Amino acid sequence: MDATLSGRQAGTGLIAARKPTGRVSDPVFVGILWTSGIVVLLLLGLIIAMLFEGGLPAIQEFGLSFIWSTTWNPVTEVFGAGVMVFGTVFSAVIAVIIALPLSFGIAFFLTEIAPGPLRRPIGVAIQLLAAIPSIIYGMWGFFVIVPLMAAYVQPPLIEWLGPLPLIGALFQGPPLGAGMLTAGLIMAIMILPFITAMFVEVLESVPPMIKESAYGVGATTYEVYRNVSVPYGRTAMVGAVMLGLGRALGETMAVTFVIGNATRMSASLFAPGATIASTIANEFPEASTGSLKLQSLLELGFILFVISFIVLALSRLLVRSRLKG
Amino acid sequence: MASLARRRATDYTVKAISVGFAALSLVLLAWILWTLVARGLPALGPHVFTKITAPPGAGGGLLNAIVGSLIQIGVALIIGTPIGLMCGTFLAENGRGTQVGNAVRFVNDVLLSAPSILIGLFVYQILVVPFGGFSGWAGAIALAIIIIPVVVRTTEDMLNLVPIGLREAAFALGAPQWKVVTFITWRAGRAGIVTGILLAIARAAGETAPLLFTSLGNNGWSLSLDAPMASLPIAIYQYAASPFEDWVALAWAGALIITVGVLTLNILSRLVLAKMK
Repeated sequence: MDATLSGRQAGTGLIAARKPTGRVSDPVFVGILWTSGIVVLLLLGLIIAMLFEGGLPAIQEFGLSFIWSTTWNPVTEVFGAGVMVFGTVFSAVIAVIIALPLSFGIAFFLTEIAPGPLRRPIGVAIQLLAAIPSIIYGMWGFFVIVPLMAAYVQPPLIEWLGPLPLIGALFQGPPLGAGMLTAGLIMAIMILPFITAMFVEVLESVPPMIKESAYGVGATTYEVYRNVSVPYGRTAMVGAVMLGLGRALGETMAVTFVIGNATRMSASLFAPGATIASTIANEFPEASTGSLKLQSLLELGFILFVISFIVLALSRLLVRSRLKG
Repeated sequence: MASLARRRATDYTVKAISVGFAALSLVLLAWILWTLVARGLPALGPHVFTKITAPPGAGGGLLNAIVGSLIQIGVALIIGTPIGLMCGTFLAENGRGTQVGNAVRFVNDVLLSAPSILIGLFVYQILVVPFGGFSGWAGAIALAIIIIPVVVRTTEDMLNLVPIGLREAAFALGAPQWKVVTFITWRAGRAGIVTGILLAIARAAGETAPLLFTSLGNNGWSLSLDAPMASLPIAIYQYAASPFEDWVALAWAGALIITVGVLTLNILSRLVLAKMK
């Protein structure tokens, strides 16, 4: 009896107290929530606008051909983004090509093969690869992987594959260790956890019923994975790969250490190159405020932003559409 | 259809390869960590934490870089956490199913994976150029922009886990929204929000690119946010690429410190989360 009474009293107390507090503070609170939402919304637009504005003089000077011109000459002050755009896309595609089969395998392992108690610890360990800062990958790549590539990986590849027609062009040049392939390799390790995590998430959302039906007609584990699970999650998995690609496109510190930083174009996997991000990191300190070089670097930044934005937006579209339906 | 024996063999092979790939990724993690320990540990000593950066051969440490990093991360947290928390709450509470909410969520997802060096360029444009120089403020704000999307994402995800019934119960008692959010939703999702902040710190601690053109780095002792400020990642970047052995050794020591810190925060956040669930 007593308890109900006090409960009712507390209830009326709340309602009575609501009017003075709620009327003023609630619009303020909701206003703060909306404002922070809008701030984040505007942030992206502001970033694009500032990069565009900063790089505008470079576009005015060199025209739209800035985007594909392959000249980058700080001495004569002629700048073009061609080499860096190529390097950015080339190295990111190498990273995805290496990371993709690994992610497929690891996701298969984590969802179908690994014994229950091992799944979480191994999954977490692989996710820790994503937590290691980019600069650490850069140092590890520079001091450990580059010498290994130069001594053991590149010389035999140049010798065996270099003379072949067509694909031989990919394996030319001196074995420097640093270069496109090394950059792609390091980035592959960095994007691997992101792709794998999303693969696992998608694969775990496959209804057990349809998998069991396949098992029921005698399919092996791999056949179920390949013919049921993966097709079921295909759209979102493409989105996951795009996310990896988007991350690789903008990767800076790790690439700066291992790509060799040469503003020359080469089809060889072993040739030193440059990406947009590595060029900005490397050349910014030498560019004075208001110089054409600085404006060109800002324009490079704008181009990178547009490329990453398209890839990331597409990735999100694919991932979300799948999760909705 | 291939024979059963052949299908079994394929299945077995693919499984073996998958196990191999998983093992390979663990080996890579161990390899990176081992490299850091093998090269960083011998270089680690009290001088790293008690002396500031010095010319090669002068026996300097990383004190100013560590303190600079802590200050910039701290300021970035003070700026970024409230915005991120509020925006995440907005998405989970007010923005559900609205067009503005969807737009904000989309933009936040893009910001989460956007190249961090461009955040640096952006802050350079809005703070360094107009105010006439590199500064700790610029570095802190660049890190805040890195932090915000991380906090937004985890806050939204975690608040979405809070049962609707809890909110409805509070509303039914006549509580205004601010009370429902602060006393019910945030309290129920506390562990998740903390996780987000821990992850944000971990992310900011290792970021190098956004600091290159904002706080720049400083080889002297300076606590002023108005002057260029040292940071651990920038010091590592500068030292690792140098030709001096003692500088490279210090870079490895710094790399070990950052990695241990970042991985500890990551594991800690997972523990907090596991406890919540």
